[in-house]
Amino acid sequence: MTRTPGPGDRARRWASGFRERDTWWAYAFLAPWFFGFLVFTAGAMVWGAIISFTNYSVVAPTHGVGLANYRAIGSDPYALLALKNSFEMTAIYVPFEMGLALLFASMLARITRFDGFFRTIFYLPVMTPTVAIGGMYLLMFNGPYGLVDQFLGYLHIPEPYWLTDPNWIKPGIAAMLVWQVGGNTVLYLAAIKNVPQQLYEAASIDGASAWRRFKDVTLPMISPTLFFTFVILTVYGLQVFDQIYTAFYNPSNAKISSDTSLMYVIYLFQQAFDYLHMGFASAMAWLLFGIIMVITVFQILVSKRFVYYEGEQR
Amino acid sequence: MSRRGKAFGALAIAAAVAAIAVTAAEAHGTSTHSTKLSGTLNIMGFGTNGDDVAKNRFAIAQKAVAPVKVNAPNGGFNEQQFLTDVASKQVPDLVYWDRSFVGTYAAKGALLPLDNCIKSDNIDTSQYRQAALQSVTYKGHIYGIPEFFDVRTLIVDTHVADTSGVSGKMLNTANPTVLKQAALKMYQHNGSQVTRIGFDPKLPEFFPLWAKAFGANILSKDGLHPDLNSPQAIAALTYANSLIQAQGGYNAFLAFRNTWDFFGSDNQVAKNQVGAWPMEEWYYNVLASSSPDVTVTAIPFRSKTGDPINYSTGSAWSIPKGAKNVAAACQWMKTMTNASTWETVANIRKAAYAKNGQYWTGLFTGNAKADAAINKPTAGEPKKWASIINTVENAEHYSFALPASPASAQFNTAWTNAVNRVLQGQQSPTQALDQAQKEAVAAIKAATKK
Repeated sequence: MTRTPGPGDRARRWASGFRERDTWWAYAFLAPWFFGFLVFTAGAMVWGAIISFTNYSVVAPTHGVGLANYRAIGSDPYALLALKNSFEMTAIYVPFEMGLALLFASMLARITRFDGFFRTIFYLPVMTPTVAIGGMYLLMFNGPYGLVDQFLGYLHIPEPYWLTDPNWIKPGIAAMLVWQVGGNTVLYLAAIKNVPQQLYEAASIDGASAWRRFKDVTLPMISPTLFFTFVILTVYGLQVFDQIYTAFYNPSNAKISSDTSLMYVIYLFQQAFDYLHMGFASAMAWLLFGIIMVITVFQILVSKRFVYYEGEQR
Repeated sequence: MSRRGKAFGALAIAAAVAAIAVTAAEAHGTSTHSTKLSGTLNIMGFGTNGDDVAKNRFAIAQKAVAPVKVNAPNGGFNEQQFLTDVASKQVPDLVYWDRSFVGTYAAKGALLPLDNCIKSDNIDTSQYRQAALQSVTYKGHIYGIPEFFDVRTLIVDTHVADTSGVSGKMLNTANPTVLKQAALKMYQHNGSQVTRIGFDPKLPEFFPLWAKAFGANILSKDGLHPDLNSPQAIAALTYANSLIQAQGGYNAFLAFRNTWDFFGSDNQVAKNQVGAWPMEEWYYNVLASSSPDVTVTAIPFRSKTGDPINYSTGSAWSIPKGAKNVAAACQWMKTMTNASTWETVANIRKAAYAKNGQYWTGLFTGNAKADAAINKPTAGEPKKWASIINTVENAEHYSFALPASPASAQFNTAWTNAVNRVLQGQQSPTQALDQAQKEAVAAIKAATKK
């Protein structure tokens, strides 16, 4: 009968690793990251948690307010509106981005000549600074004068006013974020290329159509990658800031900001830096952290039904 | 360049240097500070990469505070950087910022009241425009020394007006019905696309101007009591919004306006894409340099009673609490904003413009005394620009500004959001301004709570 290793065994094994010179080197190389994480991430989070229970404004005397900031979020119509906007925009953006990335990856997987060139072309927009994307959005989505609507016009599709029509602002923002679809395209392409060819051959012999091969072979085999991007994109959608701020809240463009374009992180920034409500903004940040954690745990639980890990024993 | 040209250029530079030196010496000599200036003066928001007026005044002020070392990194006021500085107790000695910041920071006790500074440096506050002073005064104390002063007049493309059968008398904001008729006469469209805006009311930015024109004071003089939903304010928003809705609707109107080459030679005036609109005076400089041949004129914005009015905004200098070199900061503010400094740099610019064949379109500051001396048409100036300078200079006398408020940013956000909700058809003017009023009252109440 074998004994299951206990916590004491693991601790002894970890400590014994320090007899090796390589272990010291490994920790030496990791140290800068640890330092950065402790100071700029964990430290900032702890500090944020502390000031979320105060009226901290940087410039005025600080005192504790208990849970007042958290309670105030619940009664602040703009905080709730911004949260709703962020959810709605994310709900549009995530499937749109994943669907488009999957389409592009499936197309790229079929290309055998100059495939490196095409991969580079698709990835290039990811290199665009996010602030530039926000600026470009104003030009490309400026109603009938923008490139996007002119293209839609050729297809005889009604041209929306993406920047000012409340019905089209959130889809427009989602479309702007999809500019960087190349990152996920490359991930999906790598996942598709890793699907064993014999599975497709077996499916073909069984008479499976191209759609059935995609649905019953490709999708299950790349489901871990799809799930990973699903989680990451959801977090990104709820936290996105740069592009929306540049397009709608940059002081020179603020004339087009509206209740519909107000996302949660934008409102958080306004509370912190425009209104000097640092305590309230920190409470908003922690609430968002909690919401994202709950969503992620939910996604992980649900994923167990849909995600297939090769070699996994169930 | 010819030898004569080079000689003329060298002479002009020498004259400018001499003028700066004389002005600096005067400024230095008028300082009544009992302590000798020393150390370093850290400035935020005003660097050395500005235009000629900024650079020359910087040089004058630098000499006036000598031997103080001036540390002024390039870039405008950065609120995040400033808050970081405050948090780390390393505040700059001076900040150069928009006057709308002053009330909020003064209410939180982050600024030094300038009473002592004004007294010790013998700064004559009567030389500054009252509207500008009002926007930096909180609870009876001055927290900023005004610098520039924006003047808003109607810019009229006379070619568009003439060819549309619109006279100057019709472009009168005191008569909303006739103004709307004029707007529609000048407005052009191609199906649902706007091809020329007749009259742009500049919403949401100029809502305070429209409200004032209709008789509303959207914020009390002490900055503590908003009145955004008065019948006059609602009427103003209803009317200004109707101008946009009558000219293609907000979506088409704004999409077209966004296509304008605002700072280029193919700007909306050069291309006759607009009939008239209220605008800050600096845009005349843009037109004079990028498209000097455009046919424009300036008309004062008038209230419903027929009186000219001007909604003014602008910049100011303030000293944060905790500043280490207050004496040098006071001397710097005084020098940068006094009449002789403005006159010196204006004369240098006038000489440079004359040499380059450019037209002088004025320099409008927070210093009334300086403006009276500076803003006279130069010899040989075309009538068009001379008339514009006169109109803008006269409009300065009828100025108002939003008073300093402890919740300026939230107050501004409240009315801006309200106007945008109306423009986008989400609420009626009454609903939007009722909501804005509630938000502004709550924000000011929270900001004044001890």
